[in-house]
Amino acid sequence: MVVISDIIVQGVQMLLVLLLAPLLTGFVRKLKARLVRRQGASIFQPYRDLLRLLRKEVVLADNASWLFRVTPYVTFAAIWVAAALVPTFATGLLFNWTADLIAIVALLGSARFFLALAGMDIGTSFGGIGSSREVMIAALAEPAMLLIFFCMALVAGSTQLSTVANFMASSYIGLRVSLGMAVIALIMVALAENARIPVDNPATHLELTMVHEAMVLEYSGRHLAMIEFGAFLKLLLYISLIACVFLPWKIALFGTGPLAYTVGAAAYVVKLAVAGFLLALFETATAKMRVFRIPQFLGAALMLGLLGTLLLFVSRSF
Amino acid sequence: MSPVALQMSCVAGLLAIALLAIVLSRAASATAVVYGATLAICGIALFGALRSLIGGMNGPGLSLPIGLPWLGAHFRIDALASFFLVVVNLGGATASLYGLGYGRHDHAPHRVLPFFPAFLAGMNLVVLADDAFSYLLCWEFMSLASWALVMAHHREPGNANAGYVYLVMASFGTLALLLVFGLLAGPAGDYGFSAIRAAQHTPYAATLVLILMLLGAGSKAGLVPLHVWLPLAHPAAPSHVSALMSGVMTKVAIYGFIRVIFDLLGPPTWWASVVVLILGGITAVMGILYAMMEKDLKRLLAYSTIENVGVIFASLGLALAFQANGLKLAAALAFTAALFHVLNHSFFKSLLFFGAGAVLTATGERDMDKLGGLIHRMPLTSFVVLVGCVAISALPPFNGFVSEWLMFQAVLQSPELPQWALKITVPAVGALLALAAALAAACFVKAYGVTFLGRPRSTEAETAVEVDRYSLVAMFILAALCLLAGILPGLVIDALSPVAVEILGGAMPIQVNEPWLSIVPIAESRSSYNGLLVMVFITISASLAVFIIHRFASHALRRGPAWGCGFSDSTPAAQYSAASFAQPIRRVFGTLVFHARDHVDMPAPGDTRPARFRIELHDLVWEGLYQPIVGAVGFSADRLNRLQFLTIRRYLSLVFATLVTLLLVLAIWS
Repeated sequence: MVVISDIIVQGVQMLLVLLLAPLLTGFVRKLKARLVRRQGASIFQPYRDLLRLLRKEVVLADNASWLFRVTPYVTFAAIWVAAALVPTFATGLLFNWTADLIAIVALLGSARFFLALAGMDIGTSFGGIGSSREVMIAALAEPAMLLIFFCMALVAGSTQLSTVANFMASSYIGLRVSLGMAVIALIMVALAENARIPVDNPATHLELTMVHEAMVLEYSGRHLAMIEFGAFLKLLLYISLIACVFLPWKIALFGTGPLAYTVGAAAYVVKLAVAGFLLALFETATAKMRVFRIPQFLGAALMLGLLGTLLLFVSRSF
Repeated sequence: MSPVALQMSCVAGLLAIALLAIVLSRAASATAVVYGATLAICGIALFGALRSLIGGMNGPGLSLPIGLPWLGAHFRIDALASFFLVVVNLGGATASLYGLGYGRHDHAPHRVLPFFPAFLAGMNLVVLADDAFSYLLCWEFMSLASWALVMAHHREPGNANAGYVYLVMASFGTLALLLVFGLLAGPAGDYGFSAIRAAQHTPYAATLVLILMLLGAGSKAGLVPLHVWLPLAHPAAPSHVSALMSGVMTKVAIYGFIRVIFDLLGPPTWWASVVVLILGGITAVMGILYAMMEKDLKRLLAYSTIENVGVIFASLGLALAFQANGLKLAAALAFTAALFHVLNHSFFKSLLFFGAGAVLTATGERDMDKLGGLIHRMPLTSFVVLVGCVAISALPPFNGFVSEWLMFQAVLQSPELPQWALKITVPAVGALLALAAALAAACFVKAYGVTFLGRPRSTEAETAVEVDRYSLVAMFILAALCLLAGILPGLVIDALSPVAVEILGGAMPIQVNEPWLSIVPIAESRSSYNGLLVMVFITISASLAVFIIHRFASHALRRGPAWGCGFSDSTPAAQYSAASFAQPIRRVFGTLVFHARDHVDMPAPGDTRPARFRIELHDLVWEGLYQPIVGAVGFSADRLNRLQFLTIRRYLSLVFATLVTLLLVLAIWS
């Protein structure tokens, strides 16, 4: 019985992230448009985009291999599993024990690994430039993220995200220097990993200035739909991650019943809206930087993560 | 038959095959006979080693009346040895299987066949040796056999140089080991390992032993800055031997390090761990950066071996730190992570070298810039190599991730360490390891993307055909092992626990009883990982996505030319190459580590000569450390050369002068 209710809650969570992910992106796009006094598309536009892509035919480059056709599904699955591991409205879900923070980093790494390979598959320069830059960004963002997670793990005494969230939600943590550094670094990494301004521009159409979009340039139809959906999910995942650790307000603790879950879900939607608003505001207010400024940006995140971890090695009370 | 007798008979069998190979030499059937027989014997030895490791059947040692007359030769199997015997013989068995197919293409099989079983016998003997004399003798035998294999294709450019550098570095390593055992045996001169283990070692001697062991085992394993021979020698050998050298021989060196530092030397000191940690961390990052800059597929793999050796040493350093402070559980965690990575690396590095060998057989090319598009021509090889690339990039649900995960768990245990130096070193090394892991993924995207994906860059790549069945079976076995060790890590950890108990006196909790085959290093609330469920979840969600898409979405599919932005580049040379893929990372890290510069030679408008682009890279280790030594040796040799052409009168006076000087010294001394 307990197992069945666990499975239901986990299933609800996995469906919830799927349903909310395009909405979040649509919301951010709408806000960005309004902030520059444009009308903007409806916030439901990403759903329509996905449906339209699903109905379109796939145009495959002549020498695309099976890897190119498998990658969208592998990428989507890896991101979806990672998203299922992050507590959204409740902690202590069924999947939470199968993998921890380090595994989440690695799952996202798998998704990127395959996407970068797919970028190389056609053999055009656009794919190559996108892949090579993507792995450069990842080579800095991944260690930064691991160090940030070391920081959290040392504070909470666990790498289980659920335990970390429980710890942050239940006990009084107070202001911690190390966690402050971690949250700043995590936001920087999240911007880079989701190809947002100032690292990459999700809306650009100039091939040479983009990273993520150049890598997936050859995709079309249902394949592109999966990749887009994966990108929406990834944004949601990062926001959920930051929210559940640093803003565990009203998150339902393990086994607290339907009412707490409903409250948790409502609070989660509010958190997403706030994060989306801040993201849109930040993206409107900053300019994209040159590609070779990115290492400095991410290097700063890496150093913040390392500094936070070092402080915790010196004393657990930092 | 006792386990050690079984292993020794296998070694004798391997040596007999080596002799047989000399006799058969140029016979047509020699390849099949030799590799078939080594496969059978390695299979038996593997079975025996597994029985010793899992069943705990170690039995008494064996003493043979060979070697020094008053000493004899002692051989013994304990848990540590049996684990490394598993690694050696598994590598040996798969390499033999691969050799059955690959060896047929060898143009000079008589240069490989006798040394291949001898090399395997040497590695087995090093692990089995139970006294210093036998150990050194077998070590040297292993080095020489592998040197002969490096020199198998001695007429290819660069191979003679590779063999020479290898020989020099191997002699240097053996010299260091000789001194290690001299120090360990002490003035009494008892060379048996049991006597060394029982003896007390002064802190001064222990320090020297650590430094010399890092030089001796480190030079064989490829620790930076002693790694210079490795990327030259490993790729020079035939590919199945490269796999053995990278996947197995470096592990034998690590076995030597563990045997001496953890077992023979007695309780460790904490500062020793700082040295090992820093060396390991630097080796890991440097190795993978070198690999990133490389465009020769086999050299890239050799450099990646250096990275993995660094990871293993860093893990061992952590184990030393915990052990020195009496934190048994954490020490066992770090130690198990190191051994797990030893096993994993032997799987995926052998697999990748086999893959490189398959590419070499099919195209005759090692240069990635002349390959590409092989996924269409060699579908099975490219599939297994993809598995190897995913595994070595530490991505779930494969095995590389598990050992990396265990290691990070060990890093997270280290705030308990009391020493300040360690408190600073461990997180820094943790960051280096994280960086190395991320760069490894980038490096293998490059290796796989340039070699197997895209459009073929040469006619050889365009006309490549799939390799033979033996090679494919060997690669599929290793790929399956990569997956199995990744989804059932608990079984591997449990199999390793006797080793940790024997060496450290503590082990990780037994994992088999955990629900759903999870692994839980300390406690469930702290961390757990379940490779099996991760794989199941990924499979389910991917199949779900595929099902829904294929149920509801459009099925239409059209092939067309790739989008060229209005200008389609017709030549495959315009694709991203190995060097251009590495360019962003070269710019970020290379300017510091390799003093990398890009030189663009752009002709003036109107000038019709082609533009040129050149990359300038400096191997600072070679230029800063080895070139001065080479220069000094050359300089003094030139000076001493004059002594070669003296008259007999001068020689006699020199002899006389030397005699007088020595007598004078003796007189003043006493």
